[in-house]
Amino acid sequence: MKIADFVCAKAILPRLESVKRDDAIKELITALDKAGKLGKDNFADVAKAVIKRENEASTGIGKGVAVPHIKHKAVKKVVAAIGVSATGIDFSSLDKQPVYTIILLISPSEGDQHLQAMEAIFDHLQNDNFRKFLRQSTTAEQIKELLIEADQNPSW
Amino acid sequence: MPDSVCKIDVEIKNRNGLHMRPAMLLVDIASRFTSDIKISNEQTSADAKSIMQVTMLAAAAGTKLTVTAKGHDCNLAVEAIKELIEVRMFDEEGRQETVQAG
Repeated sequence: MKIADFVCAKAILPRLESVKRDDAIKELITALDKAGKLGKDNFADVAKAVIKRENEASTGIGKGVAVPHIKHKAVKKVVAAIGVSATGIDFSSLDKQPVYTIILLISPSEGDQHLQAMEAIFDHLQNDNFRKFLRQSTTAEQIKELLIEADQNPSW
Repeated sequence: MPDSVCKIDVEIKNRNGLHMRPAMLLVDIASRFTSDIKISNEQTSADAKSIMQVTMLAAAAGTKLTVTAKGHDCNLAVEAIKELIEVRMFDEEGRQETVQAG
């Protein structure tokens, strides 16, 4: 699965305004909602579900990234939002460091897409260059190009 | 009674390594035990009951990891995990091994 295929271009936020975890999560979900990806009237439920999942176990996997994710009936196809924070956000990460890049994933309740999308995200996040360039990006366009590049060259 | 600690070394043998699907199998097995279980490489220690942490180890075929379990059932835990990784190889294809003579 290619990450560029499921990241919503209108939900790429290179300058997150939020400085707190739940606000950042809501900011990204709002972007997906505005882009029409969450169907009708699902914002509150999706936000509640993502935050609940985050409270169960932090998705701050270290190295400045977090990958909040849920399965939800609001979506028929897997969709993701990406946010970059200049100031860093506390996600109670494993390495106790702030998070600068958030990749939020919403998958359909049924099917295998969730696993494939998570694998694609994790594969790219292993790459030091990917994380670095993502964090350094200043426009949504740059991030979009980075995703396409990363899909084409998985081992750069 | 103090908790027992059990520790073994394992080697990743399936061709595609410890990607997300094997990580899920590992977490499934680890979660059956009450022991606190960690699986570690030289730099990082992952909670064996967390899919994300285990996946982040990104252990390729050939990687050696250490499994440490702490609790009453630590022996059973490390044995079960070793079996999954080295015998079942996560129910996936092993690496190409050179054929041993005899």
